Amino acid sequence: MKNSLGRFVPHGFIPYESDEAYLKLKRHTISKTLSKNKDKLVSSMSQLFDILNIKDGMCLSFHHHLRNGDGVLNMVLDEIKQRNLKNMVLAPSAIFPVHAPMVELIKSGHITKIYTNYVNGPVAEAISQGFLKDLLLMDTHGGRPRAIESGELKIDVAFIAVPTSDKDGHGHGISGPSACGVLGYPIPDLYYASKKVVITDHLASDINPKDIDGNYVDYVLKVDSIGDPKGIQSGTTKPTTDPIQLKIARQTVKLMDALGYIKEGLSFQTGAGGTSLAVAQGLKKIMEEKKIKGSFASGGITYLLVEMLEAKLFEKLYDVQCFDLNAVESYKKNNHHLFMSASTYGNPLEEHPIVNDLDVVILGATEVDLHFNVNVTTSSSGMLMGGSGGHADTAYGAKCTIITTNLMKSRLPIIKKEVKTITTPGSSIDCIVTERGIAINPKRTDLIEKLKDSKLHIVPIESLYAYAIKMTGNPEETKMTHKKVIGVCRYRDGSVIDTLYQV
Amino acid sequence: MRRSLLFIPANQPGMLQNADVFEADAVIFDLEDAVFASEKDAALELLNAFLDAIPLNKVEVMVRINGLDTDQGLIDLKHIVSEKIDTIMLPKANLDVLNSCSDILDELELNYQMLKRISIVPIIEDADACFHAYEIAKHPRVSGLLLGAEDLAKDLEVERTDASFEIFFARSQVIYAAKAHQKDAIDTPYVSTKNEEGLILDAKYAKSLGMNAKACIHPNQIDIINEIFSPSKADIEQALRIIKAMDDPNNKEKGAFSLDGKMIDKPIIERALKTIEKAKKYQLI
Repeated sequence: MKNSLGRFVPHGFIPYESDEAYLKLKRHTISKTLSKNKDKLVSSMSQLFDILNIKDGMCLSFHHHLRNGDGVLNMVLDEIKQRNLKNMVLAPSAIFPVHAPMVELIKSGHITKIYTNYVNGPVAEAISQGFLKDLLLMDTHGGRPRAIESGELKIDVAFIAVPTSDKDGHGHGISGPSACGVLGYPIPDLYYASKKVVITDHLASDINPKDIDGNYVDYVLKVDSIGDPKGIQSGTTKPTTDPIQLKIARQTVKLMDALGYIKEGLSFQTGAGGTSLAVAQGLKKIMEEKKIKGSFASGGITYLLVEMLEAKLFEKLYDVQCFDLNAVESYKKNNHHLFMSASTYGNPLEEHPIVNDLDVVILGATEVDLHFNVNVTTSSSGMLMGGSGGHADTAYGAKCTIITTNLMKSRLPIIKKEVKTITTPGSSIDCIVTERGIAINPKRTDLIEKLKDSKLHIVPIESLYAYAIKMTGNPEETKMTHKKVIGVCRYRDGSVIDTLYQV
Repeated sequence: MRRSLLFIPANQPGMLQNADVFEADAVIFDLEDAVFASEKDAALELLNAFLDAIPLNKVEVMVRINGLDTDQGLIDLKHIVSEKIDTIMLPKANLDVLNSCSDILDELELNYQMLKRISIVPIIEDADACFHAYEIAKHPRVSGLLLGAEDLAKDLEVERTDASFEIFFARSQVIYAAKAHQKDAIDTPYVSTKNEEGLILDAKYAKSLGMNAKACIHPNQIDIINEIFSPSKADIEQALRIIKAMDDPNNKEKGAFSLDGKMIDKPIIERALKTIEKAKKYQLI
């Protein structure tokens, strides 16, 4: 079966129809599970596994706020290995290189199925090589809470790393040796998993704020360390100094201005990559010059967005995760820096997800095709190296979605006839900004009209493609030797937008 | 008419492919100081292949050859001169070297049946060239003079400083010589590539003396240089008002007229026209 974008959909999955197909869905949620436990403290991971009767085939979930410093998932993997549990299903919101110990358990059949929104590093390689017995199901940050609350992704036990917690499981991420800030991603797990466990390395009392509501927590386990603080901060923390990326960032800010988005009430989201930070830096400058106050910035929060909040360039920040310690400090002290759960952020079935209020979102791309489809999931050879995260959610929700990318990277064209994997459909993408020009999705006639007298270098996407091919030649497609399906990319409504293959 | 000129080492394919991305008015493909002696021939070959394959978009193509006091300088000229390039940047220039370069270009243009006449931007980078800047600028092939302050400081046995007092005379010589012959006065690059504030001060000072362009060695310097050497918004508005007032029938027959209580005469009108010309060229209006 093929979906509306012409991509193969394995048997048993719903094919992607359109980015608005979710409008036909009704929101059904399973019951939130409150805990009746009074005495929640347990002494060891082993005791937890015993109490919870964790056995073969169960689904265990995790969040990724500790990013590449996470120690909790690996602790649980150790216990799975020691107990020789088989056919386990994992549902971490993201997988990083630090989770390399998972590879052995995938190869040995201890772990056979994985739900996640992002996978990078040795685990990604092992899955791409076909070692996972069952499938990898990749969701978006908004699609995951939808799947959890509906019971479609049934979690038996949620292991929630919490940097500071009390003995009843009330907790937050703003203090303790592994402070990582806002804990927006585990909230659906906290509400809807059958059993919930807080793992902390800092027990305290008088928890405020109670971002993790202990009423939903069944057990609390105190360990020596939940993670390595060095790996918790996001990889990129400074605006790029690369001349090409700087040019792209400058053009992006000019484009936003030319389209009339830099005005009172602007709502904005960008990432933590070097180009994204350079865009934020450029936006900050122009907002200061024009004395503009935006309504909010959202998503993962960086020091630059914090600076903009403090300079009153934005009224508030909606934060699902903090990318650096400045963001953690800001969340601690500034009551305009607001907590946002993954569901509030991007769940399409929420009455009013924050992404739907965005004017502009700036996103990256591994590949873009002539239909404006974007791949941020695999390399051009099909190897897993990322995932949607909030890409598809924000791209759909924002009034204007701008992709910033070099036209060529390492002698490979980034704009191609067809992307290897579709993560975000072209219908959600409005503008592609490269160092050699800006392409506007022909469906956005309103944007094209606004730019008709602009001095920006607006070109058809076909021209960018032709230039890239002229420079690089037409790269030969990587031939899939097995064509074995290893997973699916699910759109935010749960339909399959593309299929992942063994490489 | 130039504002920014970007040096690009000719032996770096990754940099060559982005030569026209950064909106410099001219790119200077460098075969001289940026390229090791052992890589000179490969750089020349690479640059030729690049220029053959990739037409550059709206940018003046300059090539800094090796000095004509070396064998490589002549080899560079013979191999690089073609319709693909616009200008030769001539290092260690003096009158003899300039005349020699021009003669070789005459011969090559004739031999290659070129329709284009290649211009020369001599680099004023020693005391002798500084003193003869006026005669050098006068040469019909010369389209501008570039001050090479680093080599000049070496020749003067002085240290280069941020304040640049040591090159004040040289800057003035280049400016007066170039302007006397309606050529571009191109300022020396600011070599601290990460010091934006230093670049801004240096470029503004050079402009205040009379420089109308500045060379640079990093793409991130171009936007700053372009902004400083472009007419400002206020300059453009005032120039437009002067031109409008000049076209007024009451003023048309007069040699001079009054605007906002100030006398507007021929030099001011010519300056306004030049401002408008620049503003149009740089798409500021």
